Parts: sequence; C-alpha cells; structure tokens
Amino acid sequence: MARHHVRARVNGDPVEFLCDTDQTLLDVLRDELALTGTKEGCSTGDCGACSVTIDGRLTCSCLVLGVELEGKSIETVEGMAKGETLHPLQRKFLEHAALQCGYCTPGILIAARALLERNPDPSETEVRFWLAGNLCRCTGYHKIVDAVLDAARDMRRPANA
Amino acid sequence: MPDTTHAQDRMLKIVGTRPIRPDGVPKVTGIARYGADFSLPGMLWGKILRSPHPHARIRSIDTSRAQALPGVKAVMTAADIPDQKHEYVGPERTAVNFWHVTRNVMAREKALYEGHAIAAVAAVSKRIAEEALRLIEVDYEVLPHVIDVEEAMKPAAPLLFEDMITRGIEPPPAKPSNISKRLEFKLGNIAAGFADADEIVEHTYRTAPVHQGYIEPQACLARVDADGQAELWASSQGHFPIRTLTAKVLGMRVSDLRVYPTEIGGGFGGKNVPYVEPVALVLSRKSGHPVKIVMSREEVFKACGPAPGASMTIKLGLKKDGRIVAADGLFKFQAGAFPTSPVMNACMCGFAPYDIPNVRTTGYDVVCNRPKTAAYRAPGSPVSAYAVESTMDMAAVKLGMDPLKFRLMNIAKPGTPTVWGTKHTHEGYAQTIQALMKHPACSTPLAKNQGRGIASGYWFNNGGESSAAIHVNEDGTVLVATGSADLSGTRASLGMMAAETLGVPFDQVRPIVADTASIGYGHLAAGSRTIFATGIAVVDGCNKVIDDLKARAAKMWNVSVDDVVWQDGHAMYAKSDGKFEPLSLKAIAAKRATTGGPIVTEVSVNAGGVGPGFATILCDVEVDPETGSVKVLRFVTAQDVGRAIHPAYVEGQMQGAAAQGIGWALNEEYIYDDAGHLANAGFLDYRIPVASDLPRIDTVIVEVPNPSHPFGAKGVGEGCFVPSIAAVANAVSNAIGRRMDDLPMSPPKVLRAIKNPNA
Repeated sequence: MARHHVRARVNGDPVEFLCDTDQTLLDVLRDELALTGTKEGCSTGDCGACSVTIDGRLTCSCLVLGVELEGKSIETVEGMAKGETLHPLQRKFLEHAALQCGYCTPGILIAARALLERNPDPSETEVRFWLAGNLCRCTGYHKIVDAVLDAARDMRRPANA
Repeated sequence: MPDTTHAQDRMLKIVGTRPIRPDGVPKVTGIARYGADFSLPGMLWGKILRSPHPHARIRSIDTSRAQALPGVKAVMTAADIPDQKHEYVGPERTAVNFWHVTRNVMAREKALYEGHAIAAVAAVSKRIAEEALRLIEVDYEVLPHVIDVEEAMKPAAPLLFEDMITRGIEPPPAKPSNISKRLEFKLGNIAAGFADADEIVEHTYRTAPVHQGYIEPQACLARVDADGQAELWASSQGHFPIRTLTAKVLGMRVSDLRVYPTEIGGGFGGKNVPYVEPVALVLSRKSGHPVKIVMSREEVFKACGPAPGASMTIKLGLKKDGRIVAADGLFKFQAGAFPTSPVMNACMCGFAPYDIPNVRTTGYDVVCNRPKTAAYRAPGSPVSAYAVESTMDMAAVKLGMDPLKFRLMNIAKPGTPTVWGTKHTHEGYAQTIQALMKHPACSTPLAKNQGRGIASGYWFNNGGESSAAIHVNEDGTVLVATGSADLSGTRASLGMMAAETLGVPFDQVRPIVADTASIGYGHLAAGSRTIFATGIAVVDGCNKVIDDLKARAAKMWNVSVDDVVWQDGHAMYAKSDGKFEPLSLKAIAAKRATTGGPIVTEVSVNAGGVGPGFATILCDVEVDPETGSVKVLRFVTAQDVGRAIHPAYVEGQMQGAAAQGIGWALNEEYIYDDAGHLANAGFLDYRIPVASDLPRIDTVIVEVPNPSHPFGAKGVGEGCFVPSIAAVANAVSNAIGRRMDDLPMSPPKVLRAIKNPNA
C-alpha cells in the first residue's frame, strides 16, 4: 500500500512525513518524527496522555489520522519551552511537585495551556473539569490543579501579558 | 501520650525542604525517555497473540503462515522458552514458583484467561506484526471456566490445574481443587475470647478486582547478540529483579543480561514482574534484531495485574467498655490464573492496628480464570482493612462510641503482639488518630445525605537489599548513583539525604538511577522501601566518603585523622587553635590526585529495622438519593512517615493514594460477561477518578522518627493507602444508614441499598 506524503507544521517548524492511511497522528509524531514527548496511554481517546493542539484546538493525537494533517499546525510538549526558558506551566509544575511519574505530564501541560489561552483566570472547578479528560494515577490531581492556578496567576501579571 | 509529633531532634538544612526534583525538567519538556521511547537501528516491532478464551486446552499452534509473511523476522511460542521446575522458592510471603511464572509469560498446555499470551511475532513494522498474528492458527479445546472466587472454591468447579492439592491442610486433601493454599494465624484463644465478649459484631464483604491503572503501558526494548549477551531497556519497578526473573525464565546467565532502567510511567506494584521482557529477548535472539514491544491498554487490562477481588467475613468480640477481646477473620482471595495472591498480607495486616488478645485469621488463595494478580500498593492490606475497618465502624455504632476514641482505646503499641508472632516495636499510630481528633474536619457538621467515615490501617513497610555509589567529582560536585527505580521523585529525596549528610548544597549533588552493570544489586522500588533502605545505603556511602575526605585533609595538614572533624561540608581541625583554615569538600576534591586518587565509594546494605506505616483517614461524602451517586466532599489522611524527607512528595503520595482508594471504593472493577470475557478493558469503561471527581486532599504528616534510619524515615507510599477504601465505605454507609459490603459502591448498588434497606 502506498504511503501518503503530508506537509504540516509541528511546533512552528515545517515538516514532511510519509504515513500509512490508518496511522494516527500519535504514531506519526512518535515513530516518524521522533517526537516521543507525546505519550500513548490508551489509543482510544480516554486518557489524554497524547494531547496536542491542531490549529489551536486541543485534541487526542491518537484519534486523528496522519493524513488529516496536511497544511495543519500541530503543537506538542516539545514546543512549550522557548529555548532555555520554560513555559510558566512547566515551571509551576516543577515548583508544586505536580508530577510524580511524569507520564501524564506532557498531555496535562498541553491541555492546561489550551485552557489558559481561553480562560486566563479559571476557577479551581473550571480547572478540574477542563482537565477531566487527562488521567493521572499518581497525584490525586491536587498539586496539578494548584500548579495550573498558580501559573495562571503568574501569566496574568503585566510582565507576562 | 505525645502530641502529633514533628521530629526536631537535630538541625537539618535540606531534609524537610522542598527543592525542585533533579529529574524534573526533562519530564516537563517531553525529553524524559520512558519504556516505549527507546529505539535502535534495525529495530523490529514485537506483538503478542492472546487467547480469546478464558479457559482452553491448546491442542496445537501453527505459525508457518505467519513465519512466511514478508517482513516477519521471528515467531515464537512457549516452545522457545525452557520449562521450569514446579517448586515454591523464597520466603513464604513472597514465594515464587517459576513453573507458574513461565506459563504466565507464555501459555503452554492451557490458556487460563482471556488475554493469556499464546505466541509472538517480530516484524519490520507494527502493521506487518499485527497481520502476522492473524495468520497464527491455534487449535483450542474450549473448557468450562470459573471467574468468581466462591464459585471457584466449590467441589464441582472447573479445575485450572487438574493436580493441584491445597497446601496448608494436614492431612492434604485427597482431591485436587482450585484452592492453592490455606493459611491460618492464631493468637490467644478465640473461643474463650468470644465467650468473654458482651457484644459480637459479624459481617461479610466482597470486593472486585481492580487494576493498578498506571498510565504507561508495559514496554521494553531488547537486543541479543549472537554470543548470547543481551541488553534490555525496561520500564519496571526494579531493573535488578527484572533481570533476575527474566534470566531465570530464559535460562540465561545473569551476567549476560544488562538491564537499563527507563523512566517509568507509574507502577503501583504492577511493574514488579516481567511480562513483555522475556518475549522481546527471545524474538531478538531468534531474529538477530533489536525488538521493541509496547502493550496496548487492552492488553494491560487483560494480561497484567490486577489486584485480587476477595470475599471476607469478620467477627469482633467486644466488652461494653469498648475493649476488643476477640477477632476472627476469614479472607478468600482470587489469585487469578496462577497461585499466590497477597492473602497472607491480608491475614497479617487486617487486625495489626489493634491490641486484641485473641485473634485468628484464615486465608484461602484461590485460582480462577482471570489474569494472574499482581501487587498493588500495600498488596492485600487495603482489602482486609476494608472488611476489618467496616466491622470496626459497626462495632463503634453498636457500642455508641466515637470511632476515633474507639480505635484509640484499642490501638497496638510497642510490645503489642501481632498475629504472626512478633511484637510491635514502634510508636506512631496513636499520633495519627490524635492528629485527626484535632483536625477542623472532625468537627465540621454534616448536612442531609452526608456521612463521615473513619478508618485506620497498617502496612509493614520494607527494608532489604540496596546499593549506592558516591563519586566526588574534581570540581566538588557529587554523583549519587543507586539501583532503585524512581517512580515518584525518589532521586530528589535520596539526593537530599546525601547533600544533608555531606553538608553541601542540594544542587551540588546529582542523583541518578544506574543500570544493572553499573551498581550493586538493588531490590524493587516497592513495599515503601526506597527512602528507608536505599536511603540508608546513600547515607552510609556519604559517611564513608566523609571518612575518606577527613583522611585526605589530615594528610594535607600532616595531622592525625583523629584530630579532623567534618562539619557543614568542611574538614575542620578539631584542636581549633587557628592553625588550619577549614577545607571544603571542593578544596579537597581539587587535590584528589595527590591525596590518593578518585574519591569514590560504593555501599550495599540489607537494611533491617523497618518502621511500620500507620495511617488514619477521615472521609466525608454526600450521596445523591435519586441516583445513588457519591461525591467525596472531604478527605484527610494522617500518616506516620517517620520523617518526611521531601514533604511535597510525601503529600503527593498521600494524595495519590487517596485518589486510588476513592476509585477502588466507588468506581473501579473488572466486569466479566458470561463467556468469561473482560467487558471493560479500557479507560472509558474502567473508570479511574478524574480531576473533577475529587476534592482537595488534606494531608497531616506525622513524624515519629524511626531510630534505625539516619533521618528517621519509615516509608510513605502504602500506609496511607491501606485505610482509604474503608474510610470511603464507612462514610457512604453512615450517609445512607446501611452497611455497604460489596465493592465498588457504584451508583446502582448504592441506589439499591437506599431503596431496599432490608435486602
């Protein structure tokens, strides 16, 4: 079976890849583009570990096919830090000890960034419901929620506006 | 009795603070590499064919068509693995029978559960590997199956092993059964104890099997050279035990297998034993290529873990004044398809929190056509605590006593005998109860449809074999290498203990997890043992390094080493006559070549002196009387951890344990259809708690130091988990006025209990 040639952007950079018709974006990122920061937890869209944004929209990359990405712009965890500077969410996750094993962390960071882009001042309840699609088995979510709220406070300060 | 204790017997600069973990940045940038993130040139993808039947004899397996598919490089079955002797080896509580282990890695005579591995292939792509699996022809003779523990114990039940005679019964039964083992512990005289009782409370409970639910599926990468030397990148809770078990299963020499620890995406006991590792190694040997295997979530549910379901009866004999004078516990545990559930832990831990003069616990280990159970966070103890602490709750109600005061009156103290013969030796339990008594949650009033649950629990914690190497680099930085897998931030805590001991800043220390060829043996990161046992190895190693540094300072000053002391990261001349300026670790490191060469030490320990994990939990819930849905309003865990090395990660353990306990109590269960197929092998239908299900989790860290650890640590990961299920169950029971004795307390069950209070 012939593979498909796809041109897209990943974390701002132009990429080209070949993929099978049934190959998911998750497998394309991990196996074709060597971007293994996006994690596989279930491949059925239930755990959120593979969360990315496609043209700004939060998506489980296991539920999208590689061939659908022609001309699209994908953001993954590898694109969150700018050079040596961590994104405020990444910094706050470390400061709050909001990760234990760290496996769900890339997906949760992407999901949390998508929330703060839409709602820079979410309530605790809004954070909890927004992140309800991202499973974490280690933390009980307590410190994750705190880290997101703290990052939001940080990002609302004028210096970060 | 002392108040809630926080250890302050010495001035500490680093232990007890909250630095950023040294392995943190790669984990927030996506660079950290987990089991599935490793690749090698020429790598193949391995896939495993699994049984569609819960119980079937394997008449034959024809792999020829799969083998012939272009792109397939190797096909294997159990015929490619040596068979093992049928014998139980190791201490009774953790005994292993490799005849079973090898059959769980790959089925031989029979498939014993849906998802049991039958054969495997390695191919140049995932797609070809999957296609090859469809070409393998297995001739099954489907057999009747048994899923439920009570059904499996009946004389007419289908037998998983036609020759299994129950161990632990004298004389041995004449007929085989699915009961692998019976065990019994006794203390005092329970007949006399119950005869002496004013009140008796007895109740029966059932729990469903639940999965550990780590988010990272099992994954590994293996390569085997033509001379038999092999390398394995494995996501596990202990690369040394994985090496031991895998080498044994494959008949390899241990020295021929080098295992590299990958970052691990959660384990909770579920990654203590190999599943995919021996398969990948055989496929690599046969193909001559590196082979990667990554399980799907469905495979994880069907073939790994879970924790056992159980059927239990608890009977308590009480005096009117609240003293417990007799206790009898019956624990029937599902082992899954092969013997050895944690029922022995259940028998030992259930009544361990209490000083009861007359106790009996009886356990049955029962096989059934489900995946072989694996450890899950204090294996066995949360299940027995659910039954015992529910009965304790009933007893407190019957006696009209406050549940905390009732427990405090009966607690085990140092000197209290345990049912397994030794005596408790540690304080710490009372302080967890007293901490809750003082907590504002305890006096928060409850509204309609709300209930409060209290529960306590005991876990052994663990010590054992650990190794640590300390390297002082030429610029005064320090490498701390251990063989303990880091599931949760233990590198940070181990590095903190090293920095504290050496007297250097935390960021001067770099803690790493070393592979099996680069450090001495280290046992599993399990049993809440890492901070205790590996911590002892790290601190011992640092103290040896300090001795070396003092000797070098003495040499530089040309004085006796007896006149050199180590303080705040400096060698000081003890006579303090101002003759010598203190020498920093860095200054001595700079002179290493002229003072004896590299400053390196490696220490291995078999750590004893373990301090137990006691915890007490308060949980408030609200039950929706129309839907039966339960909302957890408040959750407070008080745990004696001995000493919190990094309090943020201690809180994290307690909070994560709360979430898992709430899931176990309210939602999680393995659901089988009549054909013996798992009906909910995915995160959509096997529902673990999400952020919007949970409240904030309040933590009270109690510190009653363990004198056997240099900083007093006891362990944290499991003790806090033990009472969590019971606390939720007691809260729900109190909210609806009906004892909830069948887990999970899903909305339909709660609704039934509300609508039919006498059913």
